[in-house]
Amino acid sequence: MDPIISFKDFSFQYRSQQEPSLSHINLNIYPGEKILITGPSGCGKSTLAHCINALNPCSFSGKTSGSLLVDGVVPEKEGVFGMSKRVGTVLQDTNGQFIGLTVAEDLAFALENDATPQDEMFRKVDRVADIVDMKHFLRHSPSALSGGQKQRVSMGGVLVDDVKILLFDEPLANLDPATGKNTIALIDDICRREDVTVVIIEHRVEDVLYRDVDRIVVVDDGKIVADDHPDRLLCTDVLSRTGVREPLYVTAVKHAGCTIDPADHPQHIESMNLAPYQDKIRAWFATTTLPVRENHAPYALEVENLSFAYDPEEPVLQNISFRIRKGEMVSVVGKNGAGKSTLASLILGFYQPQSGKILLNGEDISPLSVRERGERIGLVMQSPEQMISKPMIAEEVGLGLQVRGVPADEIERRVNDTLRICGLYPMRHWPVSALSFGQKKRVSIASILVLNPEIIILDEPTAGQDFRHYTEIMEFLRKLNRELGLTIIMITHDMHLMLEYTDRAIVLADGQLLTDDTPARVLTNESVSDRAYLKKTSLYDLAVKCGFDRPDEFVDRFIAFEREQRDAGILHGNGAEIGAFNGAEARREKDTAEETAGGIA
Amino acid sequence: MNRLLSYEEKDTWLHHLSGITKLIFFIVWCFTSALTYDTRVLLVMIAISAALYVMSKTEWRQVSTVFKFVMFFMVVNLVAIFLFSPYQGTEIYGTKTVLAPLFPGHAITREELFYLFNVLIKYFTVVPSVFIFMVTTDPSEFAASMNHIGIPYTGAYSVSLALRYIPDVQADYHRIRNAQEARGIEMSSKAKLTDRIRRTSSIIFPLLFSAMEHIDVVSNAMELRGFGKKKRRTWYAYRKMKRADVAVLILTAVFSAAALVITFADGNRFWNPWV
Repeated sequence: MDPIISFKDFSFQYRSQQEPSLSHINLNIYPGEKILITGPSGCGKSTLAHCINALNPCSFSGKTSGSLLVDGVVPEKEGVFGMSKRVGTVLQDTNGQFIGLTVAEDLAFALENDATPQDEMFRKVDRVADIVDMKHFLRHSPSALSGGQKQRVSMGGVLVDDVKILLFDEPLANLDPATGKNTIALIDDICRREDVTVVIIEHRVEDVLYRDVDRIVVVDDGKIVADDHPDRLLCTDVLSRTGVREPLYVTAVKHAGCTIDPADHPQHIESMNLAPYQDKIRAWFATTTLPVRENHAPYALEVENLSFAYDPEEPVLQNISFRIRKGEMVSVVGKNGAGKSTLASLILGFYQPQSGKILLNGEDISPLSVRERGERIGLVMQSPEQMISKPMIAEEVGLGLQVRGVPADEIERRVNDTLRICGLYPMRHWPVSALSFGQKKRVSIASILVLNPEIIILDEPTAGQDFRHYTEIMEFLRKLNRELGLTIIMITHDMHLMLEYTDRAIVLADGQLLTDDTPARVLTNESVSDRAYLKKTSLYDLAVKCGFDRPDEFVDRFIAFEREQRDAGILHGNGAEIGAFNGAEARREKDTAEETAGGIA
Repeated sequence: MNRLLSYEEKDTWLHHLSGITKLIFFIVWCFTSALTYDTRVLLVMIAISAALYVMSKTEWRQVSTVFKFVMFFMVVNLVAIFLFSPYQGTEIYGTKTVLAPLFPGHAITREELFYLFNVLIKYFTVVPSVFIFMVTTDPSEFAASMNHIGIPYTGAYSVSLALRYIPDVQADYHRIRNAQEARGIEMSSKAKLTDRIRRTSSIIFPLLFSAMEHIDVVSNAMELRGFGKKKRRTWYAYRKMKRADVAVLILTAVFSAAALVITFADGNRFWNPWV
């Protein structure tokens, strides 16, 4: 059979860059296959995808060499419009790519542009609405849909064109874990039923492997470093070497000192044959220790019977109560729309609760204004772009002090101190625009830290970040937590984050506090995970299959083990880089930023 | 967050009319109302407007804010007319019947009051038709019919695109403003006006940057689905002109012509009850 996508010695270089982003790619993808392309941020995996749908070089200009054939044509010659008939691309921003004012219009968008007669359009829209299960939402506007539903519409919007290839660019980036799981299932169903070839670009390997894929292609530094069946690929160390997170159960088996055999099918924990490894895992378990988590510090934040509603008929939060001690790192989790952000808004005083109290160090903060609360509780938004308004780093960090009328010499002293803590001091005279995403994130954290808050609340601190950047940001936060005794609250979807970096998880579901427990216990409890749209961790299945009667303890020990290794700087070989951003990486990130910038110009 | 004067789907005959029909009605209606000062005609127009408003099932909450705003301007308008030309009515109607002398040069006359009354009811003929047009016209369908009468589709589509993303930008704005306020950048009325103006940059720039990111995604998404590929495009939301549309257009033309004939029969725009 002839491949439907065929790269032969293919290279691509963006016009604005010195080095090629893809070099000498050889890759064949056959009709009906389902391929996962993975690799760290800036490795070239998105560039590869954009070569398939002709955005490279038609929208983002650059130079190609070698050959690329997609469905028998050369994308570069066919152009973006021509390729859109053959390749359907689903972008990662589920909201941004929703163009129509209603679901039906968005599904019809490609047909409209193709001047399809209206009655044919009605028929096709009904058909794809059926495929993506959005039939009852045809007249809904995007604001009335969840992230997962918007993504279904995006999929439908490209399926109406009878495309042969479906290309997903980080489909899981903005979804809660359970919705992500449903998305993977839907992609799989479509792949089986509709006779399409599926290419998924994603760095969350474990989540994609919820359903079978035929091959995993690993890209690093513009080159393909591995291309193999998942069962074989997971037995190697190629993922951890390139800075992509392996499925947790695979890591655990490897920690136990086992060499996995592809014949045991490590692709899914449910179907993996664990018999050869159980003894070693048990032996390893005995050597690990349970972390001691004792914190008797006074309470920093107490929330008592908090309720809030925009509309009395539909309460957003009901009777929420919890307490957080000084120096704790706590995660607030739950599905989109469960009330997590509203909770933060109430704590910060953007909204007033209908009832209930919020105490900071035992003192009721209801009389304090937003600005007064802001000095004691800092908020870091998801995207640093949403906070940064000054061109220079020092200016941006000092802004909060400047508007409070702090004398200039004190501003300088405090800004410099903060920049030192954040590892940004050498760059203090740089323009913000010269920084990488991770560094910008640190600037936005620094601009809050400079106000000396007692508590800092972060909204999705690691959203859209690959494993390396995730580790970088989280280790930095942990350092602040330990060295400054800062209390940190994180609103997140990321189950790894809650497991690895927080002592406690406050779980919200439908406006109620579902549970307040250790992350390991939350993620090993099926009913809690289900109701909160979380996904129970694969370590749980591993523990159960190995016959441990306390799966949560197994999870805790695993995390503690990883923690020790990371602190010793030996895990995944990237422990040493943490904190001190090395030059090469900063450069690479900057290149990624320019890739995007080049497109606008 | 409810948006002002936004389209809401309802099942009335006004909602089922084509957007173009409603636009033509709206323009002719305003034109007629602007030309005539004939009180009889204006009162009939008010009656029709009110009836249409009721039939459109428009709810008070959809329009209350804008209505209050218009009323405020109307009062300012009427007061200004009285202050600056207290004898406008006398000039128009050719008589001067003083009801109450206010102060030298400003007397309340019967003619001026009647003139002001005419201005006031003109407002009430137009305002409901604006509301009806805005809340019963599906923006996508309207874009489609604009395209059908010859407006290029890229232009027609930009209207519905703007409506699609305005709420997103609004949400971004609120998020950014809250976060900056927590940082101490006060934008509420507690801060001095000069400070507030200076500090808008701390909201505008982040908002601009996130909007640019948005635009990038949207334009890619549109291109990837073939927007702009062909000279012509069809519309999912397009509605053919039906018999009701034709009937409305004919009635509008007949009514407007009759109104103007009645108005100008006596040689000017005004109707004088005292002759």
